[in-house]
Amino acid sequence: MKLLVKLSHKSRPIIAEVVKDTGILINVDRARSDAHEGEEALVDVPDEFCRLISERMRSLGAHVSILDEGVRHDRDECVDCGSCISVCPKEVFSFNSEWELQVETKRCILCGRCVIACPHQALSLNDV
Amino acid sequence: MDKTIDEINRRIRDGSARVVTADEMPSIVSELGEEGALKEVDVVTTGTFGAMCSSGAFLNFGHAEPPIKMERIWLNDVDAYGGIAAVDTYIGATNKSVTRAESYGGAHVIEDFIAGKAIELRAQSSGSDCYPRRNITTEIRLEDLNQAIMVNPRNAYQRYDGATNTSDDTLYTYMGTLLPHSGNVTYSGAGTLNPLCNDPGYRLIGSGVPIFLGGAPGMVVGEGTQHSSAGNFGTLMTTADMNEMSTDFLRAAYMYGYGPTLYMGVGIPIPVLDIEVVRRTAIRDEDIPVSIKDYGVPSRSRPVITQVNYAELKTGKIELNGEEVRTSSLSSYRNALKVARTLKQWIEDGQMILNLPTRRLDPSKQVKSMRETRKVALVQEIMQRKVVTVKEDEEIPEAARKLLKGETNHLPVLNEQGRLVGVVTTFDVAKAVAHPERRVRVKDVMTRNVITTRSDEPVDIAAQKLDHHRISALPVVDAQNQCIAILHASDLGKLFKPGGQGL
Repeated sequence: MKLLVKLSHKSRPIIAEVVKDTGILINVDRARSDAHEGEEALVDVPDEFCRLISERMRSLGAHVSILDEGVRHDRDECVDCGSCISVCPKEVFSFNSEWELQVETKRCILCGRCVIACPHQALSLNDV
Repeated sequence: MDKTIDEINRRIRDGSARVVTADEMPSIVSELGEEGALKEVDVVTTGTFGAMCSSGAFLNFGHAEPPIKMERIWLNDVDAYGGIAAVDTYIGATNKSVTRAESYGGAHVIEDFIAGKAIELRAQSSGSDCYPRRNITTEIRLEDLNQAIMVNPRNAYQRYDGATNTSDDTLYTYMGTLLPHSGNVTYSGAGTLNPLCNDPGYRLIGSGVPIFLGGAPGMVVGEGTQHSSAGNFGTLMTTADMNEMSTDFLRAAYMYGYGPTLYMGVGIPIPVLDIEVVRRTAIRDEDIPVSIKDYGVPSRSRPVITQVNYAELKTGKIELNGEEVRTSSLSSYRNALKVARTLKQWIEDGQMILNLPTRRLDPSKQVKSMRETRKVALVQEIMQRKVVTVKEDEEIPEAARKLLKGETNHLPVLNEQGRLVGVVTTFDVAKAVAHPERRVRVKDVMTRNVITTRSDEPVDIAAQKLDHHRISALPVVDAQNQCIAILHASDLGKLFKPGGQGL
């Protein structure tokens, strides 16, 4: 499960602390530091520990939200070209045997590369 | 046991013609043999669905009251051609809207017309005794037009090169997003289903031949622009009535960083007259080579990185310099199949009768490059030869003095051997001054990944580098990476001075 963790600039190394505390390994899919909005990390955690980890992080001062939706795929705009397939770092996109585009949004880390690569504007990101 | 076109048409009319799609042909031939396939199959349908930038339509609006001879025309603020008198125009797919986001263009106007949407027509005229009206603004739909005839100057390329990018930056091209360091490969085309690949000798595809175009019955006008059949890069000029088209087979698109384009579905039926046709239509993905070219080189002659075929590309990855690289198709194979299958249905239902070309296309034509009579402006004509540099081990105050003395914002940084190793800007120096405890020498604050140009590089390429990297100067280096000059963004203005040659 993906969690979006927002940290303030001066916060402690929260992710490291939670890993050390719980012994649960966390995968950081994407991280961003912005002068105005602070720091933000998209982390992947095992489903069964999602709640525990969110609570720990919150108690350490982070703002945590569960990300249950990846990139949005508009079936009507999509022409099944596959431009998105090779630019995705997480292999979210593939063809089935009928050359129809399959989208595994669970793997998506919302990097946005495919949104730009899609010639038909069939892919979009939710504001998170 | 050859067949005639009349025999095949008789079977189409009485519903007994055996029609197959081009992807089925290889296995039919290997199963029945060439003679058997000739006997069995009457028509092979082909199909392709991809970006066909050179597309557009002639529109006739009917006369207004009082009448106007439209000289400047916009459809949803996309410029249309105003040189064909009174109330006719040609709307091209790649023209961008002058007011909307650049992701809306002529292709979108065409798609919106076909989708039944209202389009705003604006036009201006200088007025005349016979056409007194000077301007008009109105909303129109496809059904309001007298004619909406799609005529696409260049469709259905016989072959198309694939693309990769060895440079350090992501490129946004008509071949889609190309990741740096050959991070991906993009290609276009339907392989075994491609119309011209199934008739490379242009025996059966030529002027007057009926086709499927955007969901409508249409025909081949003749050779397309840039037709280069000698090198297997033939093209077709096609036409059909927009009123009969469907957005299932025609879609506007926007290639980021390039602009609008139109995805067209094109299919051509091929009558199986003799063994030669059987052999040609048995072509497989494996038989069609694709050169992968390096778009990191901004020149007409881009180097070929490797040669693959459609079967390899369609697996989703190919090997490039020992590494596995993922591939993306820009055209849609699923829709290409849909085109070929729909066309097959039309012929099985007796809706389309075939004919041979009324005029054949030249199978040995070679495309020419543009004749250029003025030489291209080179960096050496506008670069600053007097360039102030700094050594990497010098201290910040020295860099600041040089910036002031040189009246510049950029100092190329040299190492002991005089080679270019970085650039410092006034911003870098200011930052270093603000934090004196952290940074002491030029090499601690300089940018190491320097974007450079060469004295013999065309100015347009250098300008694109400035634009792409959002920087305002490029050190000019020689083959030994010695900094010989500097090109500032402001130097580009020299080209517009009286006596300059202009861009």
